[in-house]
Amino acid sequence: MSENILLPLSLLLALAMVVAAVMAVRGRRSLPIAILAAGLVSLLTSVQFLLLAAPDVAMTEAAIGSGLTTFLFFFVLGRVRGGADD
Amino acid sequence: MAQIAMTTGFILILVGLYGALTNRNLLRMIVSFTIAHSGVNLVLVASGYLNGRTAPILDQAVPLAEAAERIIDPLPQALVLTAIVIGVGVTALMLAYAYRIYVTKGTLDIGKCRELKW
Repeated sequence: MSENILLPLSLLLALAMVVAAVMAVRGRRSLPIAILAAGLVSLLTSVQFLLLAAPDVAMTEAAIGSGLTTFLFFFVLGRVRGGADD
Repeated sequence: MAQIAMTTGFILILVGLYGALTNRNLLRMIVSFTIAHSGVNLVLVASGYLNGRTAPILDQAVPLAEAAERIIDPLPQALVLTAIVIGVGVTALMLAYAYRIYVTKGTLDIGKCRELKW
């Protein structure tokens, strides 16, 4: 792979990650959107790992860091209905 | 490219710490901690990246004899692989404590937990 196509891709990825992280952290949006934005940050991190030549870390991050963590958050969110907005 | 990834990782750590310090909802604080955790992992993997080298997998493309000149050091990647799994355990523990606080107090607002203030 050539460097001149990887560099703009990496910059775009970094920008998308920062935007998604700010979306997840700023408190005005609803909590499911914040959780999904945090999962998106994890997923884009796994793409970044793939660009850094670490495919095993990318697979683990996509499966566990993005998938299982989002599932855990929604599992807890379904049990605290009513307390999530205060 | 490794510099971009490392800068992004540090920005993610700072954004996650900001969110954990400014939000009052416990679940939002835990979401911020997972973002900071992703940033730490990204910084660690980017610190082990060497320019122009390939992934540490030995096959026909990278024979054993010339592996030392052509592959990246796999040690930071192995450590980050462990850190991801441990991070899920830590997140699950934080969520379990948040759920216990919700059951006993009926709220997730950290400002209403005043037992340790005097």
